[in-house]
Formats: sequence, C-alpha cells, structure tokens
Amino acid sequence: MQERNEKTPTQKKKREPGSARKADARRIDNKWEIFATGFFFVAVFAAMIGYLGYFTATSKQEMLDNSYNSRQEILLSRNYRGTIFSRDGEVLAETVLDERQNESRVYPFADLFAHIVGYSTKGRMGVESLANYYLINTSTSLSNKAANDAAGVKNPGDNVYTTLDVQIQEVADSQLNIYKGAVVVTEVSTGKILAMVSHPDFDPNQIADIWDSLVENENSSVLLNRATQGQYPPGSTFKIITALEYIRENPDTYNDYSYQCSGTFTFMGSKINCYHKTNHGQVDFKSSFARSCNSSFANIGVGLDRERFRETLEGLLFNQTLPLELPHSTGKVTISADSTTDEMLQTSIGQGKTQISPMHLNMITSAIANDGVLMKPYVIDHVENDEGRVIKSFSPESFGQLLDAWEAEILRDMMTAVVEGGTARKLSGQSYTAAGKTGSAEYNSNGDSHAWFTGYAPAEAPEVCVTIIVEGAGSGGDYAVPIARRIFDAYFNEKK
Amino acid sequence: MQEYVKELSKIIIPVLMAVHTFCGFLGLSERIEKSGVIHVIQNLLLFSIQFLMFINLALVTKDMQYIFFYLFVQAFLLAAAVMVPIVYEKINRLLLDNMCMLLGTGMCIISRLSFKKAVKQYIIVLISLAVALFIPWILSRIRFLKKLTWVYAGTGIAMLSAVLILGEVTHGSKLSFSLWGVSFQPSEFVKIIFVFFLAGALWENTSFVRVALTALLAGIHVVVLVVSKDLGSALIFFIAYVFVVFAATRNYLYLLAGAVGGSGAAWGAYRLFAHVRDRVTAWQNPWTYIDSKGYAITQSLFAIGTGSWFGMGLSQGNPRAIPYVEADFVFSSVCEELGVIFGICIVLVTLSSFLEMLKIASEIKDRFYQLIVYGIGIMYIFQIFLTIGGGIKLIPLTGVTLPFISYGGSSVMTTMIMFFIIQGIYIRLQQETRPKNAGKARSMGAAGRDTEH
Repeated sequence: MQERNEKTPTQKKKREPGSARKADARRIDNKWEIFATGFFFVAVFAAMIGYLGYFTATSKQEMLDNSYNSRQEILLSRNYRGTIFSRDGEVLAETVLDERQNESRVYPFADLFAHIVGYSTKGRMGVESLANYYLINTSTSLSNKAANDAAGVKNPGDNVYTTLDVQIQEVADSQLNIYKGAVVVTEVSTGKILAMVSHPDFDPNQIADIWDSLVENENSSVLLNRATQGQYPPGSTFKIITALEYIRENPDTYNDYSYQCSGTFTFMGSKINCYHKTNHGQVDFKSSFARSCNSSFANIGVGLDRERFRETLEGLLFNQTLPLELPHSTGKVTISADSTTDEMLQTSIGQGKTQISPMHLNMITSAIANDGVLMKPYVIDHVENDEGRVIKSFSPESFGQLLDAWEAEILRDMMTAVVEGGTARKLSGQSYTAAGKTGSAEYNSNGDSHAWFTGYAPAEAPEVCVTIIVEGAGSGGDYAVPIARRIFDAYFNEKK
Repeated sequence: MQEYVKELSKIIIPVLMAVHTFCGFLGLSERIEKSGVIHVIQNLLLFSIQFLMFINLALVTKDMQYIFFYLFVQAFLLAAAVMVPIVYEKINRLLLDNMCMLLGTGMCIISRLSFKKAVKQYIIVLISLAVALFIPWILSRIRFLKKLTWVYAGTGIAMLSAVLILGEVTHGSKLSFSLWGVSFQPSEFVKIIFVFFLAGALWENTSFVRVALTALLAGIHVVVLVVSKDLGSALIFFIAYVFVVFAATRNYLYLLAGAVGGSGAAWGAYRLFAHVRDRVTAWQNPWTYIDSKGYAITQSLFAIGTGSWFGMGLSQGNPRAIPYVEADFVFSSVCEELGVIFGICIVLVTLSSFLEMLKIASEIKDRFYQLIVYGIGIMYIFQIFLTIGGGIKLIPLTGVTLPFISYGGSSVMTTMIMFFIIQGIYIRLQQETRPKNAGKARSMGAAGRDTEH
C-alpha cells in the first residue's frame, strides 16, 4: 500500500502540469485562511457554550416550576414535599403520611396563612409556589438516600423557613375580623414580610373540596391575595406622594405654603370636597397633610408640573412591575403632560383612576422609613435539608433609592404629625412612637369609603412598617388605625 | 448500594468526560500527540465511561438487555478504537478516538430512549464502519476523482430532485424515501458528493467566472433543499460553499458576499415560506406558543434546565417528553440525564475534531484533497452548531441531527464515510512526507507522525 501511495499526489502534479497560472494558484499557501476559519468557529462555539452555561446557571428553577414540565411529577414520585416553617419554627405546611404511606398536605393554622403560604394542589399559590423548587428537591445525605431506597420510601424534600411571624399574623387576622381587606407587615431595614393577611380567606386543607365552588363562582375573589393583587384607590394615603412632588418642585419654599379651607375646593368647573365636608380653616403644608385636607391638596395639585409628577410616580414604581416575586398587580396612574385639570385634582387626593395594591403602598412607606432606600420584600428566609443543614439562604437586598434621604426625612416629620395631632391620633400616647398616613378612599358616589392606614414605628428609628386596608369600613382614622395599633403592640410585645 | 452508584456516577462520568475532552485538545499539539500515551488514556476513559453509563442503565431499569447491548457496543468500540489502528497504522488517532466517544455516547443514549431503535442503529453503525474501512484503501487507488466535477454536481442535483418529487413527507418535510423497507435520506449522502464537486470545481481555477458557475450549481442544490423544506441541509450546503470558495480563493470578500447573500436569502425565505416564519416565531416567543409551535423547543429547554450541570442520571429524567428526541433533540436528552457539563464536553469534542481536520487540511499541498478535508470539516462543525444552537434556543430550529450521536442511519453512515475520507487523505499525507526521514519514522511505530517543517 505504501509503495502505491508514494506516487499518487506528488507524481500526479507532474502528470497534470496545467497552465503556469493555475499551478501558481495551487501552490499559494492558504494556511492563514484555514486558521481564520478555525478562529471563527472557535468564537462561535465559545458563544454557544457561554449561552448554554448562562441558561443552565440561571434558569433551573424557572424551568422546573413551569407546569408544562413533566419532571415535577418525577421528582414528586421520589421525594415528599418539604415542610414550610414560620420564622420561629412553627409548622405552616407539612406533608403527613398515613399507615399506607398516603400523603396529605396539612396546614395546621388552617385559613390563617391561606394566601401567603398558599396551597400546592389544584395549582400552586404563595410560598408553596415560590419555594416549589426547594420543596420538591431533596438535599438529604447520600447515606439517607440509600437507606430510603432500601426501605422503599421516598426522600424528604427540603424545608423552607419563611420570614412570617405567627403572632403578628394572628393579630392582623383577628383585627381585620369579618371585614374584607388586607394587612401587610414588613421589616423596614430588611424587607422581610412578617405578616400578610387577605380577607375573605379559605382553608387550604379543604382546597380540593372547595375548589370547584370557588372557581365556578366568577364573582368570588376568595383566592385573590388582596395584599398584593388587590387594586384600590389610594385615597388620602396618596397625599404622601403629592406632598413629595410639591417638596421636589418647591424645595426651599414648601414650608411657606398656606391655604384657607372652606370644606370644598372648586377650580375650572371641578369640585373637591374634604372628607364629610369638614372645614379645616387656615392650614399650612404640614397641617393640611396631618389633617388630610382634600381642598388644600387639590389646591397643591393644580399647580404641579404634570411631566415632573409623572416622573416622580414612575420613580415610585407606578405603571410597572414591582420588585416582588409574589404575583401582584401593578400600581396604575394616568398622569401625563396632557392630563386634564380634573385628572390632576382627583389624582392629587388619591381618587380618580389611580390604583394601588397594599403591598405597593407598604413598599413606598418603608422606603420613606428607610431613608429613601427600598429593600426588596421577601418571604423565604432560608432552605434547609431534613438534617438541618442550610442549603440556601436569602439575604436582604436593596432595590435602590426611591427618593432622596432629605425628602424622606421631611415626609417622616409630616407622617409623625399625623399621629401626634392629625387623623391617626389613636396611635399616640403608646409606649412606642409611630408615624403614618390615613386614607378614606371613596369607591362609589354614595361617599362609602375604604379605610386605609400606612405607617411605621418607632417614629424616630423605624423598625416595622404596616399597611392596612379595610374595605367599605369608613374612615381610615377610625377603622384602620386601631388595627395598626394592635399590630404595633404585638410587635413590640414580642420583642420584649 | 444502587443509590451510591447512581449519585457518584453523576459526578464521575462528567469528570472522566472532561479529562477525555481535555486530552482531545492536548492531542492537537503534535509533540504531545506523538508519544501515543494520550490515546491510551482516551481509550481507557472511553471504556470506563461506557461501563459506568451502562451500569447505571441496568441498575435503574433492572433490565438485563442493557448488559447484552453493552457487550455488543463494547465489541464494536474495541474493533473501532483498537483494531482499526492495526489495519491502518497511520490513521489519525485523535479523530478516531473522538469518533468512538461520540458513537459510544450515542449508542447509550439511544438505547435509553428506545431499545428497538438502538439495536437498529447498532447494525447500521456496524455496516457503516465496514463500508468506511474500505475508503482509505479506495482513495489510494482511484485517480480520476478530480475529473468528475460536473458529474458530482449532476448526481447531487438529480438525487435531491428525486427526493423532492418522490420522497415521503416526515414532520412536514420531504427528506427520505424507502427502498426495500429501509428509509434513506439522500440529502445526507449528497453532502459527500457536494464537497467533491466544490473541491473539483475550485482546486485549480479560482477565477470569478468559475466561482460564479459553482455558485449557480450549488445554488440549485440549496433551492431544491429549501423547497423540500429541509432547511438545515440547505444551510449546511450554503455555508460549505461559502467557506470552500473562501479557502480556495483566499479572498475575504467572498465571505462578505456570502454573509450578505445569505442574509438576503434568509430574509427572502422568511417572506416566502410559512414554515420558515413558524420556526422564527417559535424561536422568538416559545413560551407564547408553548402548546403549538413552541412545544418542541420549550420541552427541550425544560430537559436541559432541569438536568442542570450534573444531570438527573441515566433513565431518571423524562427525555421522551421532547418530540423527535432521538434525532433532532438528542443533545437535550444528553444534557438532561448526563448533565450540561457532559453536554459541553460533547460540544468541545466535536470542536477539537474540527480543529484537527483544519490542521490536516493546512498540511495538504494538493489543493483538491485539501478542499475536501476543509469542506467536510465545515459541514460537520456547522451541522453541530445548527442542531445544538437550535436545541438551546440560540438560533431557530432547523431539524438536523447531531452527527454520530443522533438516531438515523443515513446521518451516521454519511458522517462515518466523511471521517474516513479524511482518514484516507491523512494516511496518504503521512506516507507522502515519510521518505524524508523514513528510517526514523518507521522506528516510531503506529502513532508516529512526521512533519516536514
């Protein structure tokens, strides 16, 4: 074979001389072109591998949680769903086995954590949905896996520790009582969600039985988590934002503001009434906020720069997705350069087309309490395997500066005045100080209103932020503020 | 016990594979490759990985047929990795080792997806090797290959057109026809003829007129493929043409012209054909069309994402949820069960094979044979880019196979023939350069390789 080959290519050239030009073309070295080709494909493949690596590193949870991914069932056929705990280690959801190894998901607090812990059959909701990936995967030791395999039992899924506080949740739930509405309690410095209540609620232990009736009834909003998905007119709580805009536009002179209230404000055919047409008399900037004077704020609203107002609202996350992993609605506002005067008036006092979820308002409030920095709210603190080894822990994360520290300081001063001598007086005289803003958001033409309160305590060094809405109850000062007081009481009692 | 094997294999298999891959790149260096040690290591790794993979399959499924299949596959790999270098002592060991690794992985994965198909594939691989083994010998005897340029073009176009007219429709494309109960996909075999056509047309004459004439004939191939809805093959033929012209003319402007022309043609195809638009929509918004156009790609992404770096373990995932998994999405099932690290190693093994092909091409003085090696390399690597890039949603899906790993007789036979054409040319290159220091070369034995620099 070797002999035969020796004469092939080399001698072929001699036998096929061709023209001189052609022979030259053949002899010209093209090593560089071949090298360039190699370089090109190495670059393309590096990009491809990089893309694959990035996808793998970032999408595992998202891929596994998709309901079209059949691999969830594979994992559940090998692992029990893990347990969900409160911050102090109380069981919020666990999988229990009977003698025949049948699994059932048990929620010891029944309807108390209905929305925030959620359910895992008939779809998923709350922490059951957020932490699904951890709950259905197991990080138990190899020797346990081997032992379980030998015994023919499943492996325990990983356990999820939440930031939820049972006592605060209980107080919030019982204080909201039979009213529809929602309560959100967060920790100012970290964004930890301590409690989240939404009424009406349901018992997740019964979800399979009540599911059909809940889904059939189109008017039923039981499954809706009002705290994050509810959309309410913000009412007077929005004055925090109007005030912020006024301060931004008049940083040196806002304190010189004064207004003579007569219970109504009329401008170019639009009319705004104070709550129950109360005549507030002579008010300045701070007292019109503390006493929640609609006329005065309508008067402020008329003079605001629409474009700058729109920018401020966007800076406060209106009309966009919140930095929140729970499913939520976006805050809506319709201010733009060509908004009508009526729109400006209505918006300034939190009526009109403006809508906000309690969670969104809580985030704005806690940013004010935290020198303008918004901490991303979160509910999963850490994940452990069945032997208590921490698999993953989540640390507080800053979303960014929603407003300047000096702006936050002015607003805090005004919100303190609301408690000291304004509409939230029922919070004054406690062992702790508090600050906040009430709201009575009218939702029909009869003057019926939702009671709002959003605020924090202690006023001078904020720790805990509370946002409450009680649907159709009446004024915020009368119906929401007392709930806030009970929650603050519970928080500071627990701390002792 | 079983759990330990399963869990430890998830780590050991990717590690062994990574070492094998690394050896493949080390082998690109002449000095290291010469010693031959690297091939001993690669073969040891190959058989260790095979052992672990089939042990896992047998343990998880508790099915004895995997043990038998394992023995058959090892017999084949032994023949390919150990016997072939005895027959052809000058064979390129790096390409051979990489080929064996890819084939072995393929046999294992296909047997996990469908045992029946794996047996069929095994027989075809066996026949392919038998056929391919003759190629170096045939190449050394035939002298008229350079003169058949227009015959190649005519045959290629005729074969593709025959499929277009007579072919059977599978998954909406006309790709194959059956003969005596065996289904053929002629576009695979035409790839080989097409490379010979390009090399024949451009090896001695690279005038503009000649390039244009070649473009016309190559264009007919591509158009017939596009009309048959075989988009992947159409792209492979087109890219092979552009790069072979580039290497033959050494003119970068042809690359530019190819990029511009290709983009124009892609845009035209997008406007003209609904099935092209569907592929692009499914690529842009797979989650919106998760029930329809986007189903295949999202299922592929689920598999890769869930498998993650170390995989779910062989037979412990659900790769069958992906449509056409054995052919178009075999890479996704590799990632799902053997892990993305293993998957990346597979990509790197193909890349090192490609670089070795380019290295061989750069050493060949005879432009005709050089362009053949180069053209085969381009087709090979570009096909891998299409199938893996499509499966991970980097580019739209084109529905081509992963050479040596995917199920598909025509695909594996064509790729094997292509590899052995390169081997044949390589063997001749070795013998051609040998006389300069013949005595020394002879003493170095089978793995020895001389350089003339």
